[in-house]
Amino acid sequence: MKVNVKVQRYNPEKDKKPSWQSFAVECEPGDRVLDLLNHIKWYMDSTLTYRRSCAHGVCGSDAMLINGRNRLACKILVKDLARDGGTITVEPIRGLKVERDLLVDMEPFFDAYRAVMPFFINDDPVPAGERLQSVEDRAIFDEGTKCILCACCTTSCPIFWVNGRYLGPASIVQAHRFIFDSRDKGSDQRLKVLNQNTGVWRCRTAYNCTEACPRDIPITELIEEVKRAVLYQKA
Amino acid sequence: MHHRYDVLVVGAGGAGLMASLYAAKNKNVSVAVISKLYPTRSHTGAAQGGVGAALGNVNEDHWEWHMFDTIKGGDYLTDQDAAEIFSKDVIEAVYELEHMGLPFSRLPNGKIAQRKFGGHTREYGKSAVERACYAVDRTGHMILQTLYQQNVKAGTTFYNEFQVLDLIIEDNVCKGVVALELSSGEIHTFHAKSVILASGGYGRVFKITSNALSLTGDLMSIYYRKGLPLEDLEFYQFHPTGIAKLGILITEGARGEGGILRNDSGERFMERYAPTIKDLAPRDMVSRAIYREIREGRGVGKEKDAIMLDLTHLPKDIIESRLPDITDFARTYLGVDPVKELVPIQPTAHYAMGGVPTTIDGEALASEDGTLVRGLYAAGEVACVSLHGANRLGTNSLGDLIVFGRRAGMAAAKFAQKAEFETLPNNPEAYSKGLIDRLRSNSGTDNAAKIRKELQDTMMMNVGIFRNGKDMEAQVKIVKELQARYKNVSVADPSARYNTELVEALELGFLLDIAEAMTASALNRTESRGAHDREDFTERNDDQWLKHTMAYRDMNNPGNVLLRYKPVVLKGETLNFVPKPRVY
Repeated sequence: MKVNVKVQRYNPEKDKKPSWQSFAVECEPGDRVLDLLNHIKWYMDSTLTYRRSCAHGVCGSDAMLINGRNRLACKILVKDLARDGGTITVEPIRGLKVERDLLVDMEPFFDAYRAVMPFFINDDPVPAGERLQSVEDRAIFDEGTKCILCACCTTSCPIFWVNGRYLGPASIVQAHRFIFDSRDKGSDQRLKVLNQNTGVWRCRTAYNCTEACPRDIPITELIEEVKRAVLYQKA
Repeated sequence: MHHRYDVLVVGAGGAGLMASLYAAKNKNVSVAVISKLYPTRSHTGAAQGGVGAALGNVNEDHWEWHMFDTIKGGDYLTDQDAAEIFSKDVIEAVYELEHMGLPFSRLPNGKIAQRKFGGHTREYGKSAVERACYAVDRTGHMILQTLYQQNVKAGTTFYNEFQVLDLIIEDNVCKGVVALELSSGEIHTFHAKSVILASGGYGRVFKITSNALSLTGDLMSIYYRKGLPLEDLEFYQFHPTGIAKLGILITEGARGEGGILRNDSGERFMERYAPTIKDLAPRDMVSRAIYREIREGRGVGKEKDAIMLDLTHLPKDIIESRLPDITDFARTYLGVDPVKELVPIQPTAHYAMGGVPTTIDGEALASEDGTLVRGLYAAGEVACVSLHGANRLGTNSLGDLIVFGRRAGMAAAKFAQKAEFETLPNNPEAYSKGLIDRLRSNSGTDNAAKIRKELQDTMMMNVGIFRNGKDMEAQVKIVKELQARYKNVSVADPSARYNTELVEALELGFLLDIAEAMTASALNRTESRGAHDREDFTERNDDQWLKHTMAYRDMNNPGNVLLRYKPVVLKGETLNFVPKPRVY
């Protein structure tokens, strides 16, 4: 089959503003959008720029806006987007500065990640073996551990588009993963960060994040759990 | 731009992040990490099934059994001193990861959950044992995330999205690293007292691979270009269960949980090849068995070139709770639901057992006689200690990262604490600038993508699972031709910022040189051992070949590879295992 891939192009070294370019690509229904982009780069226009690495949805490099929705280019197949002769549009994720074509500046995203203290805190002496944790306690924070930091959620959030200082869904998910880990003792500090005006209260439960997550994490639910923890636990 | 650090780590996967954490524990040294990706995108994150350690949480287990399995799995090419250190230390290292907050799956008693994996046995081969400590089917993801989190906590300095182009090595002394900053196109020199290589493997030399697009063997190749040796490159592991055509990994944990391989008639064919542990035989044996079935016409699919992985007899909740990611992969990429349907699989190029030769402390070797490259260390897949010998057991790569990443980090910091900064050469960036200038100014019209595809197709055919002298001799010539054509590759994109065309062209150069060393090493080894299986020399030959290959580029005669040898260490600190025929 053949599809028309319409890509947003922008190279600050030569362009004043972004523009669109279309490529007619021969492909199979089971091809990934990443396969189409690779085909364009390797055989049609070598200047096309994007990030990619694992090509199967676990590294989080190739988050982009595909047919108007945030997805990983390696985890969405042509047949789920277009029929023979159809069009697939590809743009950079929103709310982060476009560095070139589909590649955006990830630093503000990782700054927000680091702000919530996304690391295990427990200064008690360690036991000889493992710290015990029940199957049930382990299950409480399982969803958050799936996060690959691709930024699909944060960059689909209307609040984040309006105010880039909002910590955003991805970092709240990271905080959740530790707040609800029975072994961790750093919740007070994290909940204080999340109670600030850049924290969880900015969330207006639009559910865009949950819909955008390529790992099916129920993000809005996790944010609600963090809100409740801020209210009733400590901060 | 110039930078100075006492310890510089190249690569931010499991080995690199463990090394940086341990180097930074020494408060007298400064540490930085360079990575061509963001750290959380490193390929350690793709590892699924588990990390092997004899915790004995489910059934009795001992490090001695793990040591034996590792050596036997490696077809006795494993250095036994490395295997003994490893199987002891990995127990403590797994507990340490748990103490860092790693969310392992749990048993009802609250301990770390463990499951079966290929080649893991009790009482020296009697039956399968639960040794793989796992976190659902994303153990590597959890290790990568946990180690990155700990580095954030420790305030590690990262240089993300820097492509390394050169190691500054003079007279067997390493003085630093030269790298390209992708966001600006600027060249940086990192002056360091010690450098730790932790840059991973080179699966992208093959057509079908589980490896990320970024795994192009950059640092192995740079090492080789300096006239320094690469060890045991002929041993390249194919994982038995890659998703058909795509090569995306389906964890061995799927068979650990009870999955069965079936041919076109539904036969459980592994009963014929490994009667005792069947589908849980080591990877080299299962991969070969699958290919034999396909070659003998018992494959499935349109081209009869795949085999089926059957999970349908397992309870739905086991599949969904212990193997959710691979279930998602099968549904996404194949439209197949593993709960109800069989999953078509093919072996996929997965792991380099060979690499930069090192001591048990990660010190890089300049020669088979034990000469060191002072100040240079390596750990993880880029390195060859040699723990994995001729075939790595499943879960031993994650163990390797944490055990030998830690040792390399400590040793590099200890060295740096005492050492002075060496004087850099006059123009340390000259070689790197030359590489880039040539690609940018070249008027040639050959296409890097076409050359890469030809390399991947031919390496798959000629230096893949089954090998013979004739095909590999042909491959030596093909690689030479492709290297000649590479000289005519030009980079059309003139931009400085994020010039990914330039990066891919540089990576192709690395892949071609790795292919040169690998093919020569494989052609030279006239026996079958572990992952190196020859149709013209079908038996293991201990009299002649119980030794490691050391491949050097002939600096006086480019394109020619010099091969020398290093003995296998057949004794551990307290234990040793005499080579025996390998049956399961």
